[in-house]
Amino acid sequence: MSAQDLQLALALAAVLFVIGLAGMIARRSLVFMLLCTEIMLNAAGFAFIIAGARWGRPEGQAMFIFLLVTAAAEVAVGLALILALSGRLKDLDADEIRSGGA
Amino acid sequence: MELIWLVPALPLAGFVVLAFGRGLPGKTAGAVGSAAVGLSAVAACIVAWMYMSGTAQGSPAAAAAYSTSLWPWLELGSASPAIAFSVDALSVVMILVVSVVGFLIHLFSIEHMEGEEGYHRFFAYMNLFVAFMLILVLADNFLLMYLGWEGVGLCSFLLIGFWYRDRSNGNAARKAFIVTRVGDVALLLGILLVAANLGSLAIGEASRRAASAWAPGSGIAVLAAALILGGALGKSAQLPLHTWLPDAMAGPSPVSALIHAATMVTAGVYLVARSNAFFALAPQIMTAVAVVGAATLLVAGASALAQRDLKRILAYSTMSQIGYMFLALGVAAWTGAVFHLATHALFKSLLFLAAGAVINALGHERDVFAMGGLAKKMPLLFWTFLAGAFGLTALPPVTAGLASKDAIIARLWYVGGDARLLWWAAMAGVFLTSLYTFRMVFLVFAGESRGEHRVADHGPAGASTAIPLIVLAALCLVGGLVDLPRFLGGSPYFGRFVGGALPPSPELGASDGQEFLLSLAPLVLTLVGIPVAWLIARRSLAKAASPEAAPSAGSKLAAFVRGGFGFDGLYSFLFVRPLSRLAGRGVDPVNLASEGLRGLTMRASSLLASSQDGRPRRYLAVLAFGAAILLAAVLL
Repeated sequence: MSAQDLQLALALAAVLFVIGLAGMIARRSLVFMLLCTEIMLNAAGFAFIIAGARWGRPEGQAMFIFLLVTAAAEVAVGLALILALSGRLKDLDADEIRSGGA
Repeated sequence: MELIWLVPALPLAGFVVLAFGRGLPGKTAGAVGSAAVGLSAVAACIVAWMYMSGTAQGSPAAAAAYSTSLWPWLELGSASPAIAFSVDALSVVMILVVSVVGFLIHLFSIEHMEGEEGYHRFFAYMNLFVAFMLILVLADNFLLMYLGWEGVGLCSFLLIGFWYRDRSNGNAARKAFIVTRVGDVALLLGILLVAANLGSLAIGEASRRAASAWAPGSGIAVLAAALILGGALGKSAQLPLHTWLPDAMAGPSPVSALIHAATMVTAGVYLVARSNAFFALAPQIMTAVAVVGAATLLVAGASALAQRDLKRILAYSTMSQIGYMFLALGVAAWTGAVFHLATHALFKSLLFLAAGAVINALGHERDVFAMGGLAKKMPLLFWTFLAGAFGLTALPPVTAGLASKDAIIARLWYVGGDARLLWWAAMAGVFLTSLYTFRMVFLVFAGESRGEHRVADHGPAGASTAIPLIVLAALCLVGGLVDLPRFLGGSPYFGRFVGGALPPSPELGASDGQEFLLSLAPLVLTLVGIPVAWLIARRSLAKAASPEAAPSAGSKLAAFVRGGFGFDGLYSFLFVRPLSRLAGRGVDPVNLASEGLRGLTMRASSLLASSQDGRPRRYLAVLAFGAAILLAAVLL
């Protein structure tokens, strides 16, 4: 992998990450915020893969598997929380639920 | 002797039991409290007996102070005060007085305080007081003594305000606490000065070092003695820190008998006697001690003459008698002062207990003008009160006051020089004592019954009331026999015994005949005072009966004297009002620093708290912004 490829790939990861971050800041719905988290995680995972490919070592891919598991667990917990919240509040606006519901 | 720790430990244990044993039924609390002090008295007697038999054998080791260290307490550089008790002749006398008189007063209280709210609390505090008082007199070093000193002050505060539901009682308690605190601070400074300069807090060791390190009359010696004297003045209610004692009468009568007559208020006398080495180095302060004693003697005696409240009469009388003790201390008659302390504890606690019984029998009436004619109705109280009054005025056949007070007065004559003035003051005090004592006796017990409340037929006094009164009266009768003057065929046993712990007083060099004449003078003066007191009592009664037409100059003077010569007003003007005005304003300048710090902290806190508003998107934005800056810092 050439240096240019590496730069391009890392720039892609950075763009992915910024998209996720911007989405998370911009969107108020909890579901979309969770989605944006996933995007940011994937950006990090992508960076690992690239690094593993660049130096020809397996740890990058191992880390990506870790990330997948983490993301799966996170989605499971996050979705469960959102489900519970939506049942109670009928609203998933992150700015509205800070008062603790009621 | 190893069991000396039991003497203070038993009342302390009694306190713990009473404080946590709220479930004890009825009178059990009184029994527990009395038993704790009674056992302590037994222990004190055993210690005293062992000490005396040790000195009788003449073994020098036994005659010296016996000291036992229970456990180390603090490490303060070179001075490391321990929880240590020391027994010498002076502390033997003090523990006997405190525990025996304390026991009798506890016994009296079982019946006297019956039915009061807080019966448990009363005995718990009383036991705690006795424990602290014993620690005070047994302490081997100044710091432990100071612990006892503050402890008795605390118990005094708690017991003056015993009936705390009445606001004025609470105020009296606070006044006592604050006024004595002025003296306590002086004492603490004195102790620290001694510790810093001599490197030892042990009383004996510090005294020895002071004698060799400080020149007599040097500035530091005078300062140390003056500071220690300040503590003594506060605790012993001497001028100018005396204003709290009359108000302290708000407490129950047994409290007045134990704390404000027999033991705590005489702690100042004990303190001066105990630290006599420091006073010997400061002749100016010795003079001050004598002058303060004489002044208090006269001011308090005159105030007592104008009081209407039975207990306040006794309170002023106590101040005046302690004035005698200070007078004796001031002319280096150490043993005389301690002897008068002991006899005063007997007759004054007797007077207070009898007065308390009278007040209770009349349904809490304290005004002597509303009493009268009680001699027939309460013969026991009358005779015991009379025994106390004879002790107070030093009349035979009661020997307690006779032996101790006349010895002090005779000594004043022989000191000579300017001390003759002190002798005249003491003689004036004798006359005043006779006047106010017999005015009180006549008003309370003679004549016809006045006032609406009739003596309730509450039958003969119970055993718990009668026994302490009779025992104390008997002790007053014979108490002086331990140190009768030679011309009465006595021998100064007491003086010789206590003399083992105190420096010898200079020999009088008087013949028996001279001494006899000198003792006769106060006696005659007292006898002259009795009919005068009768006249005063009759006149004031007649005046009280007919409502005053116009306030004359005489009655204004009487009101001034009754108010204790306006000291309360003066202090209120000088200290209380300016300070409370300062504190009462919205902004207290003293508080500005701490208030400012508080305000600063609050503002910073609210600033930071506003960042925690629970909006995750804003957190994230701030986080991203911070990360971007960090990243930029690393990359650039």
